[in-house]
Amino acid sequence: METMQAEQTSKRTIPLWAQVLIWGGLLGLLAVLAWGLVRAQQGTVQPGDTIPDFTLPLFSGYEYNGQSEVHLSELRGKVVVINFWASWCKPCEQEAAELESAWRHYRESGDVVFLGADYVDTEPEARQYLRRFDITYPNGPDKGTKISQLFRIKGVPETYFIDRQGVLRYVQIGPFRSEDEIRAIIDPLLAP
Amino acid sequence: MITKAPLSTLSRAALFALLIVAAAFVLLAWQADTVHAQAPTPSDDEVNAIARQLYCPVCENTPLDVCPTEACRQWRELIRQKLAEGWTEEQIKQYFVENYGARVLAEPPRQGVFWLAYIVPPIAILAGAFILYRALKAWNRPEAAAPGVGESEATPVQDEYMARLEEELRKRE
Amino acid sequence: MIADFGYGILVTALVVALYAAGAAIYGARKPSARAVESARRAMLLIWPLLTVAALALIYLLVNDHYEVEFVYQVTSRSMPFYLKVTALWGGQAGSLVFWSWLMALFASAVTLRNWARDREFLPWVIVVTAITIAFFLAMVVFFENPFARFWQTASGVDAYTFRPAGGLPVTPEDGRGLNPLLRHPGMIIHPPMLYLGFVSFVIPYAFAMAALITGRTDDRWIRITRRWTLWAWLFLSLGLVLGARWAYDVLGWGGYWGWDPVEISALMPWLTGTPFLHSVMIQERKGMLKHWNMFLIILTYDLVIFGTFLTRSGVLSSVHAFAQSAIGPMFFAFIGLTLITSLALLFWRWPDLRGETEMKSLLSREALFLFNNLLFLSILVVCFWGVIFPLISELVTGQKVTVGPPFYERATSPLWGALLLLMGIAPLSAWGRSTAKTLGRVLWKPALAALLVVAAVYFLAGVRNVVALIGFTLIAFTGFVTLYEFWRGARARQKAHRESLPLALWRLAGRNRRRYGGYIIHISMVLMAIGILGIEVFQTETQGTVQLGEALALDRYTLTYTDIARFDVPDGRNVTRAVLQVTRDGKAVAELHPRIDYYYDSQQPMTIPGLYSTLADDLYVILVDWEPASAVGATFKVFHNPLVNWLWIGALVFIFGTLVAAWPEREPAYVPVRAAATASGKA
Repeated sequence: METMQAEQTSKRTIPLWAQVLIWGGLLGLLAVLAWGLVRAQQGTVQPGDTIPDFTLPLFSGYEYNGQSEVHLSELRGKVVVINFWASWCKPCEQEAAELESAWRHYRESGDVVFLGADYVDTEPEARQYLRRFDITYPNGPDKGTKISQLFRIKGVPETYFIDRQGVLRYVQIGPFRSEDEIRAIIDPLLAP
Repeated sequence: MITKAPLSTLSRAALFALLIVAAAFVLLAWQADTVHAQAPTPSDDEVNAIARQLYCPVCENTPLDVCPTEACRQWRELIRQKLAEGWTEEQIKQYFVENYGARVLAEPPRQGVFWLAYIVPPIAILAGAFILYRALKAWNRPEAAAPGVGESEATPVQDEYMARLEEELRKRE
Repeated sequence: MIADFGYGILVTALVVALYAAGAAIYGARKPSARAVESARRAMLLIWPLLTVAALALIYLLVNDHYEVEFVYQVTSRSMPFYLKVTALWGGQAGSLVFWSWLMALFASAVTLRNWARDREFLPWVIVVTAITIAFFLAMVVFFENPFARFWQTASGVDAYTFRPAGGLPVTPEDGRGLNPLLRHPGMIIHPPMLYLGFVSFVIPYAFAMAALITGRTDDRWIRITRRWTLWAWLFLSLGLVLGARWAYDVLGWGGYWGWDPVEISALMPWLTGTPFLHSVMIQERKGMLKHWNMFLIILTYDLVIFGTFLTRSGVLSSVHAFAQSAIGPMFFAFIGLTLITSLALLFWRWPDLRGETEMKSLLSREALFLFNNLLFLSILVVCFWGVIFPLISELVTGQKVTVGPPFYERATSPLWGALLLLMGIAPLSAWGRSTAKTLGRVLWKPALAALLVVAAVYFLAGVRNVVALIGFTLIAFTGFVTLYEFWRGARARQKAHRESLPLALWRLAGRNRRRYGGYIIHISMVLMAIGILGIEVFQTETQGTVQLGEALALDRYTLTYTDIARFDVPDGRNVTRAVLQVTRDGKAVAELHPRIDYYYDSQQPMTIPGLYSTLADDLYVILVDWEPASAVGATFKVFHNPLVNWLWIGALVFIFGTLVAAWPEREPAYVPVRAAATASGKA
């Protein structure tokens, strides 16, 4: 529409302000698109990234040390395994038992914390799922899908392994096939 | 990627999802609002009236009332449950926003930065209208009053129409 | 073998396209007629090459060559022959080949026209079209090779264009099959139509660029491309309507348009192409708006590419989107480059493009056409903003939002209404001068008739919905005005030539095809508006679970559920089909069979509605859910869509009108410039 404007004010050339406006607008637009593109292409957070702090509210009965929510920053010094799942997710069921038995293996040591982030789910069904697989590690809803957006997950299940320094070390897309697989990822992170 | 949930559940959910429906009595969609307070079990229509306004992140851009995935089926049951507990439409929507984020709404919420969504188009349109107005005024200046070629001016329309039409026809033939 | 051959042909075509662009630039700068001629011939070679490549791909599709990744992704053994052919545009790689092929077809056609009077345009038109083709071919050759085959290597099975070191060929037993959503007849012709619309808008753009580069900035480029633009617009509009029909039949939402980002991105070029069609008339007639027309065609071209980009880059998610791939950044770069180059050219030539005459009245036809442009662009702004706002929101707040139908409907419906009104007034206003008085004199009769109709709607049909009443007023008014235009023209001619009324009408339209074709298109828009208003305002729906023998009721209809069956059909589907007896006001009118098709190969269910259509309404039933083992019964969703069929009828009228306006005429190419200029300044 600037073109029409310019057409009538000056028959010679486009006034400078209009040119600045047009080019600025165009570049701004391209920048937004470029950013969207980068975001679409970059996939999930990658190993080596430091994960910013987040807060996971927890279902009652699935608290962490009696707290009804857990902050990632509190867990510095421990290896954190965060698993995204949902009760409507069929592939999640394949790994639920393996995750739980891996958790039980490390629970006593206190060096590893498992967290279940329940993605876009309804609480009754989620609780049913947790009971069905006898899951005991802290679990809670990903409220407002904030945490999943932080990790830029592409689907469920996905599992992220964060080391004692809060740095992401491994990303598992899709379900685990065995407990050994999980332990093979955690053990090196525990080594001093 | 084949193992990812949204795809595989999408395929099964529509077929195998079980709707736990009690004796749903049939109402026209627009009548649903007036009755839902006293209805014992909310009907599909009452649920859909709300579901239609919500969007589940699992199937983006598809309204909840027609999305076939298992996740969305659960959401609809949640709406039914909340309705049965006597929640209002606004409360239910608010609940979904708190739990799943602003993206569940069909439009950006009217607050903070999201106002941009509503403000920018009218401003752009008004700016366009203003520019057009200025342009028309500039074109309309008296010094530019040289008569257009072949343009009959203030003649009555009916005659002008005839004249113009005939002129065109003549040119063509 | 065939795969390697096909890939080789694609590479050759790319090289030829690049050569054509290079030779044309050289020929134009030098200047060298021989180089231009060489470029022209190279241009003509691209289409045959791409035809061979496309045929090679179709050969592989039809003959179940599952060692080719693309064939594996989009076909399966159980698919019928015709679907295997149309699977060509069922996936990313194949559709890019198809796009290039169509583009080359149009480029060849334009290259073969008579260039005697427009020599200076030829090389630049070749440059623009060849670069566009080359871009798409480069995407195919470097990123999305449809001929890539599966190879077993140490790291697993993957698709490569060339045999990797130590790779062994792998041939899967069967393919994954075409996405069931794409197996609908509407989907078979919807993408080609849309692509045709897209590629044919490249031609006017190419001429516009040629005009800017050569400095021949009179309205010659517009006159040459007028018909191209109309055809492009026809195809694009058809693509949109077919897409709407496909959504109505297949997506099972009970609607035809969901304001999905991808739908909108196909609509956006239409929103600039339509005002372009109108405002070029002002330039032809009055020599005004030269900058504006350039701007519109540049915008249209880049919106075409932008739409293609949005669907293929993974930036937006949608039911229509292709899987994300590496070509996103390339498309982005291409959009950026073409937009910046075109605008820079436009600004460079700005002083040469000054308008010739002046606007004299706010009610003159040119002024009304400008309002029309403003309204279309306003709708574009709303659509564009709605599509990119989720990106901006995520960028600024880190929060995703949905911009859905309520946003677009609220913002655009007054604009559409205003356009409808303008469509009624503009044809009656005169070029140059109109006053409220002259306009009022011709408008009062249709306006009165419209008021009578709306009074009837209000009192007899009992409609009290304000939106509907305003809508019907506008529809009736515009409809009457347009019909009245036909009548007045025919009467005038009847008197002048002493012909019978039908003959006068026939000759009138035949001799002023652009104008009366345009009016037919206006009528078709009115018809479509009736359908859209009907479904948007009066749609009702209900959902319920019933046992055999029980009934659902909606408005005047009762649907009794009488039977259901689940069975396999030979083409790889499992069908669950319900039978419903429909009565209206107690009288039996139809038996409907909504069904769910489950596709074994792609493991996807499809919901196919049962439809009972009349001119007054559609009854649209979806089988939502049924379990053989349970006693719960079957769940149905029923929509009552009043008037919706006028949308499709309007679409047919629309095709007819555009054909009337766009059908090639015999004389133009041979008329001397001056005469052509006066003769065509009539619409």
